[in-house]
Amino acid sequence: MGLTITEKILAKASGKKGLIPGESIWVNVDILMTHDVCGPPTIAIWKKEFADKAKVWDKDKLVIFPDHYIFTSNVHANRNVDLLRQFAKEQNLPNYYDVGTERYKGVCHIALAEEGYNVPGTVLFGTDSHTCTSGAFGMFSTGVGNTDAAYILGTGTIWEKVPESMKFTFNGKMPEYLTAKDLILHILGDITTDGATYRAMEFDGEAISRMNMYERMTLTNMAIEAGGMNGVIAVDDVTREYLRDIGVTEYDEFTSDTDANYISSYSYDVTKMEPTVAKPHSPDNRDTVRNVERTKLTKCYIGSCTGGKITDFQFAAKILYGNKVQVPTFIVPASPSVAKQLEKETFSGRTLKEIFVNAGCIVAESSCAACLGGPSDTVGRSSDGDVVISTTNRNFPGRMGSKQSEVYLASPLTVAASAITGVITDPRKFI
Amino acid sequence: MVDKIIGKAYVLGDNIDTDQIIPAEHLVYSTSDPEELKKYGHFALSSVPQDKAGLPQGNTPFIIGDNHLSEYSVIIGGSNFGCGSSREHAPLALQVAGVKVVIAESYARIFFRNSVDGGFLVPFDSIDKLNLVIKTGDTVEVDLTTNSITNKTTGVEYKLKPLGSVYDIVKSGGLFNYARENKLI
Ligand code: SF4
Repeated sequence: MGLTITEKILAKASGKKGLIPGESIWVNVDILMTHDVCGPPTIAIWKKEFADKAKVWDKDKLVIFPDHYIFTSNVHANRNVDLLRQFAKEQNLPNYYDVGTERYKGVCHIALAEEGYNVPGTVLFGTDSHTCTSGAFGMFSTGVGNTDAAYILGTGTIWEKVPESMKFTFNGKMPEYLTAKDLILHILGDITTDGATYRAMEFDGEAISRMNMYERMTLTNMAIEAGGMNGVIAVDDVTREYLRDIGVTEYDEFTSDTDANYISSYSYDVTKMEPTVAKPHSPDNRDTVRNVERTKLTKCYIGSCTGGKITDFQFAAKILYGNKVQVPTFIVPASPSVAKQLEKETFSGRTLKEIFVNAGCIVAESSCAACLGGPSDTVGRSSDGDVVISTTNRNFPGRMGSKQSEVYLASPLTVAASAITGVITDPRKFI
Repeated sequence: MVDKIIGKAYVLGDNIDTDQIIPAEHLVYSTSDPEELKKYGHFALSSVPQDKAGLPQGNTPFIIGDNHLSEYSVIIGGSNFGCGSSREHAPLALQVAGVKVVIAESYARIFFRNSVDGGFLVPFDSIDKLNLVIKTGDTVEVDLTTNSITNKTTGVEYKLKPLGSVYDIVKSGGLFNYARENKLI
């Protein structure tokens, strides 16, 4: 029996020849990533458990990004960043990216890609559920809690259960009105929020090979919304080119064997798919945009690790160009590098930023911002009675702020089209 | 690890995500300061929609007033318990509120791992849809040696799925204890 890409990477990381899904293994970790919410408690557990022996197992392999609650006057949130700062200084950490400095990199999952930490064939753990995003680079990546992270911090190892793999094949050429976000929302409607629990979600097919890395990251990013342990896409020329451009040249490429075992396989024809939303209050509450058209909105939000990448803003700008928004619309670049690109990249002779500003959008500083609500002074946070359409990944009650608000998840095309009309709108009207 | 846990049940529905267990805005409290830690218990399950809080009637607060301890120590959930954000504050918040065991049809991976590895609580998988037959306020006894739960209020006993490969970590009281006992660290 052949092996899947996930099984091959985990076999390498655990020093085993073959693996059986369900088996518990100890893996060697290549990168541990943490941020301002989970970093301080992880460090506290690590100090307590290892006491005098507490030593970071490998400084080069620890990466820390303050990104969640950073532009706030909340004292507790600011204290968390201080704790990270102190820890980085005390341990002399080379990969700490402090907020308020030139080194600040924005939302961790996008920063990992931009800074070259996503290396095919390797194993990355992070104290954030969307750590699965990195799987777009043909690697194994998944989220863990603080205790597990503290264990990795001291030992460089952790136990993991080998996941069964599910395969999702997307055939055909993507129509102009669809983005990766529509595809993953579609899958979520099919398999629901626990359809991939403890499993690997592998994506392939013509539509995937034609996708750039940022769109691929939208798919792997939301694997966790189906409960997935990891999402994964095999390395191809698109991956190689991205990596070459940022100077990552050495890595192992793994592909699934043709006789590898999948617990289930799904196949879609993208030319037959429609712009898709997830209605309140769950990412699997799928519907077509057409069916919820004219739902009245009070806010639009384009941002987060799912929908705040440069490609998301390219999609949005295409629609917003020359139009005005009818409801407050927030543009939150995932990283300072994306923010810079908004000022450089143009569409029809205008920079993307100009397009957004002219349309009346509020362009905020890059961070997680209202993707997970946060302190009351967080930009874009939802209030009581709000009806929001957002490019983020979760719409559970209260996720973006108020429990008395409703959130629709959609593609950047759909959010931009809806911003112009003030009601949920099919992007095909503007394409 | 104790063999038996007796307490009052608090019953919830499917897909209880970690934002409902402990809302994101409260994640700023220190987990090492004993006074601040209590906040996690105080806000535990505070984002569960009112009508779904304490089934079957709902509208049953998990925490009363300024307390950080709940009168309920056994949570009965449905499927996909603990989905959403990976925060370890979720099982921690339940533990601070006095919860000893959660029994659900299925768990999100990270919540399950956190509960076991952090030694916060014992996450059992139920076989039957227990959240339809046990009511909030029922007194239940969970037996960890026989993998079963008895509803003392009705006298009915239900089987639970054995913990499997994580049993040893649960028994040690968490990953670090387990690693020390097995000379891994
Ligand atoms: S942008 Fe949202 S989903 Fe992404 S890491 Fe930040 S809070 Fe999490």
